[in-house]
Amino acid sequence: MNSIILRTAARVLMPLLLMFAVFLLLRGHNLPGGGFVAGLIVAIAFVLRMLADGIEAARKALLVDPWSLLSVGLLVALASGLIPVAFGLPFLTACWAELGPPEWGLLVGTPLLFDIGVCLVVIGVVLTMTFRLAED
Amino acid sequence: MLLILPIIVPMLTAALLLLVRHRGVQRWMAFLGSMTHLGCGIALFRLVQSEGIQVLQSGSWKAPFGIVLVADTLTTLLVIAVGVVGAATTAFGFAGVDPRRESGGYHSLFMVLLMGVSGAFLTGDLFNLYVWFEVMLVASFVLMALHRTKEQVRAAFTYVTLNLLASAILLTALGLLYGQSGTLNMADLSRQWSTAGPPPLHLPLALLFLTAFGIKAALFPWFFWLPASYHTPPAAISAIFAGLLTKVGVYSMIRVFTLLFQRVSPGIYTLILVLSAVTMVVGVTCALTQRDFRRVLSFNLVGHIGYTTLGLGLLSPVALAGSLLYVLHHIVAITNLYLVGGIFLRVRRTTDFASLGSLYRTHPYVALLSLVPIFALAGVPPLSGFIAKIVLVQASFAQGVYWAGGIALFVGLLSVLSMARLWDESFWKDAPDGVDKASPTWKQLLPIGALTLLSLGISVGAEPLLDMTSRVAGDLLEPSAYVRAVLDGDG
Repeated sequence: MNSIILRTAARVLMPLLLMFAVFLLLRGHNLPGGGFVAGLIVAIAFVLRMLADGIEAARKALLVDPWSLLSVGLLVALASGLIPVAFGLPFLTACWAELGPPEWGLLVGTPLLFDIGVCLVVIGVVLTMTFRLAED
Repeated sequence: MLLILPIIVPMLTAALLLLVRHRGVQRWMAFLGSMTHLGCGIALFRLVQSEGIQVLQSGSWKAPFGIVLVADTLTTLLVIAVGVVGAATTAFGFAGVDPRRESGGYHSLFMVLLMGVSGAFLTGDLFNLYVWFEVMLVASFVLMALHRTKEQVRAAFTYVTLNLLASAILLTALGLLYGQSGTLNMADLSRQWSTAGPPPLHLPLALLFLTAFGIKAALFPWFFWLPASYHTPPAAISAIFAGLLTKVGVYSMIRVFTLLFQRVSPGIYTLILVLSAVTMVVGVTCALTQRDFRRVLSFNLVGHIGYTTLGLGLLSPVALAGSLLYVLHHIVAITNLYLVGGIFLRVRRTTDFASLGSLYRTHPYVALLSLVPIFALAGVPPLSGFIAKIVLVQASFAQGVYWAGGIALFVGLLSVLSMARLWDESFWKDAPDGVDKASPTWKQLLPIGALTLLSLGISVGAEPLLDMTSRVAGDLLEPSAYVRAVLDGDG
């Protein structure tokens, strides 16, 4: 497909989609959102790029092989389960740490890490499948 | 911590395997992952033996609200069996896997399959059990269809359709159960049902569970997906499927029907007894008509599943102990024979009886190694299958269920016939046009030899093993210790 409208739109939409994915990922802990949808939206951004500029451009824009994202995502999710084990707590127990001064109320914890892992796995799976299907 | 390792180790191996491209390294990683899994299983077994039932409240959410993992003696024995099958089949992979499969994530999927099976054995929560079933189903479907030959894709579709149906039925049962009891924790359900009485729809529930697990375990009349698919994938894959997947169905059936329905609906056990008996007769009779090594094994596998659920149908400690011993013996023996099928595939490029034969003369050591699992499956004394069968027959006679004992004896004779025929057709007869295309490598013979030794070990150590399965059977029929360990935390 070679359409200048699509290519221009993709160039504008891609950063928006990626930012929205980050927003959804961070929002997901207490509100609708989370790693799964964020991953899907990131994948959609790259699929859009693929439709506009071809697979090679999309692969180059992703920087890494989607196959290895799958693996890294699994490892990150696994690590979020194993961090509490290092503190002598049961597997997958949520551990929290406070960032910055207390008045910020900025808590980061292993559930966020787990969500990031899920997000990476989803990106990896969806893009591995779409790229493979598009190449066939 | 030890409790989660049989799930984490394969998962970690699977994730790391995705990063490695070199095929030799992948094989070693898969093998070492399986060996570590086996080691964790043995360590967990020893821990349970010395300190009682182990419970892990994952995420620190206490049962019945969170998902618990529970390890008792039965679970740990089965996790060890998973490790043994995993190690043997990954070791068999050193002899060669087709390159297309191997580059498509074969080893990772293998590990995911091991993770799914271990998870299903370890979980104490019914919904989590469903999730592990799905993990196993996805991994096994892709493993089966990865090479995409026409035959394999057709087999994989039969397989996945029937198993998706089982999943849907299981999910329906879980929805119904949750709507009525408000919990899916097995220990919590067991306690609730014994104090407040079972929910009004317990009979439909029992039938739904029986159907879902019956499809997974390949019981009559739901067994036909198994012989339609197990002879198509490469040897290592069909070996791990045959060794483990149906056993997960059998285990789930035993677990759910001892924890929940035991005192509620006695009629269902008669039904299980009848289905087991019919499964035995139909499976082994069909095996007699087949003319392919792996198809004969598939039908025998179906027939032998009947023995593993017979003890549940009889619902006595002795019978259940016999069935559990049968499960352990069968996992080792059937995995081994499917691996022997891999040798035929290498030597003659087929497992069709028409091209087999004479291997007794040309490869006497293969024949020698296969002799033990073949005769153990046939139930020839003093091998492991014989002891488990005799316990089952005695138990049914002692309970006055003469017809079931009679059928078990009769099917025992039929399996001797079927196995003797298998031996004759594949090793003994003169091969009409059998020309060896290659000879088996020691990489294939080593895992087969190890499993053969283990089969002999189970035969020699049958008495202590039977003592152990008798204890397990007692615990299953009197599940208060399990329930207390999960809910009150006194293991």
